[in-house]
Amino acid sequence: MTGTGSYTVARPSSPRATTAARGKSTRPKSIGWLFVAPFGLVFLVFLVAPLVYAFWLSLFSKGLATGTTFSGIGNYVKAFTDTEFLGGLLFVVVFSVVLIPLQMLVSLAAALVLDAVTTKLARFSRLMIFVPYAIPAVIGALMWGFLYSPGFGPLAQLFGLFHASAPNLLGSHEVFGALLNVVTWQWSGYYMIIIYAALQGIDSSLYEAARIDGAGPWQIALRIKVPLVASALVLILVFALIGTLQFFTEPQVLAPSSNGAITPSFTPNMYAYNLAFANSQINYASAISFALGLVVFIGVYIFLFATRKKGRIV
Amino acid sequence: MTAIGIKTADKAVQSVRGRAKPKPRIGAHVFLIVLVIYFLLPLWWLIVASTKDAHGLFSGTGGALWFDKTFALFDNLGLLFTYNGGIYLRWLGNSLLYAVSGGVGATALAILAGYGFAKFAFPGRRLSLALLLGSVMVPLTALVIPTFAMLSQVGMTNTIWAVILPSLLNPFGVYLMMVYATDAIPDELLDAARVDGAGELRTFLTVALPLLRPAAVTVLLLSVVGTWNNYFLPLAVLSSDNLFPVTVGLGLWDGLANSASGTGTTSLWSLIILGSLVSIIPLIVAFLSLQRYWRGGLAVGSLK
Repeated sequence: MTGTGSYTVARPSSPRATTAARGKSTRPKSIGWLFVAPFGLVFLVFLVAPLVYAFWLSLFSKGLATGTTFSGIGNYVKAFTDTEFLGGLLFVVVFSVVLIPLQMLVSLAAALVLDAVTTKLARFSRLMIFVPYAIPAVIGALMWGFLYSPGFGPLAQLFGLFHASAPNLLGSHEVFGALLNVVTWQWSGYYMIIIYAALQGIDSSLYEAARIDGAGPWQIALRIKVPLVASALVLILVFALIGTLQFFTEPQVLAPSSNGAITPSFTPNMYAYNLAFANSQINYASAISFALGLVVFIGVYIFLFATRKKGRIV
Repeated sequence: MTAIGIKTADKAVQSVRGRAKPKPRIGAHVFLIVLVIYFLLPLWWLIVASTKDAHGLFSGTGGALWFDKTFALFDNLGLLFTYNGGIYLRWLGNSLLYAVSGGVGATALAILAGYGFAKFAFPGRRLSLALLLGSVMVPLTALVIPTFAMLSQVGMTNTIWAVILPSLLNPFGVYLMMVYATDAIPDELLDAARVDGAGELRTFLTVALPLLRPAAVTVLLLSVVGTWNNYFLPLAVLSSDNLFPVTVGLGLWDGLANSASGTGTTSLWSLIILGSLVSIIPLIVAFLSLQRYWRGGLAVGSLK
């Protein structure tokens, strides 16, 4: 029983994984290109080309009198001094800082409980917690919008019991929490499943060893399980960060019923969308889109570089 | 020797778990019940509200979270499917078309590319792989405005291709397939097939593809859901109602209902509510019935 410690996390990979693709075999190597090429084409046409084209567009400005003129980094200078863009950027950053720990706490707690309890109720709960992932964000936002609204939702009724009037959950102060709730509801189940799957991959003999050493269930959860699913947590954090900085659907859907609390420049993506479609400023919208994508990409890359052990992925 | 060691350890764990089982874990179960209520609350509201008529929605006898005395689900269904020339059914059909063609296409590309990356040391592999991993971090929403600008330049906006073709891009799917293929397909098997005289295509189709099936189902499900749920891209590239997927269509109705506040829009609210319910049923059913496929697959990315 003492040797159990050596059977650490059950990674599905064998030593073969590392020798794959080193090409010691007799297979022709360059034929790999043929397999990668179809995706490569889509990659070039729908990822590289739009980015290059948007960057090109962002270098021009359109004026009423002057027409389209080359303005170099003018649009970027404008963006990073534009209070509407910066306000939106600040919002998504602050929103991420509050949302992500909350989401991770909910999903980690749910996953740990589901890993420890194996009753029918637990299996049922696991599915039900995951269900919101299968629901489009538009519909998630619509449903919560209805629940928040005094006309459709239960709030007026609930507060009526205490002879109080229901708060406007989409007011300018409350909208932050209202959106926080929608996004937590939408994504926690998905993150829970990822953590749960990682927890299930842990060799259970580790828990036995810990129990013999006198660890209680809380200690096993916090000292063994959580550290061993750290890479799943990093993955979730990155997903959540990328998604939240690009926040668009939920505020866009809730905007009409928010009485102006959700402005057209509420998030950078909403701003870019409204610039492109309501104001026909495609050049400036491209600059905003590009700047935002770059900020997210660099931020995430730095984060991954700082947290991931070197040479882990490539 | 070691194998026996593991087996006894497993047995010991099972017996410990077996002994622990009878002890009811009340705290854990209460926590789970609270979570289930929270995650199902909006759905419950949606189901209840779908059965109400316009009057019942605002002043039903049972309140917001219980049924009204009039049960109008079938009237609402009839209205939903005939309103505006049956445009809702058209939206559902569009969603299905976009999700299936985009999802199947993206999955096919991911299988091919994942296999190529995993099993061939072709020149430029490291660079391509670095690009792929970088692109996993480019949020697809960041591409919407640039894609719209590019497609409008070539006159392709407001066509079904403007939604389907960009949906073929799924770098994360390729990454998942690559990780899975690396472990699931032994090199020896490929070499054996080759020695037996099978060509690369035949080797792929008869040896590799069957082994990749579990991951392929996962990637397919994730791609289909991603396309079905997509809102920003179709919102940006489509302008005719009759090309909208159901997400954009419901968003359109919601905007109309909000802007035309007052009388005459209450029927639209019923349509939005029931339309939301009907549109989420197919995916929930798909997820619940295919869970043994995707549950294992989701773990692939996180374990590496």
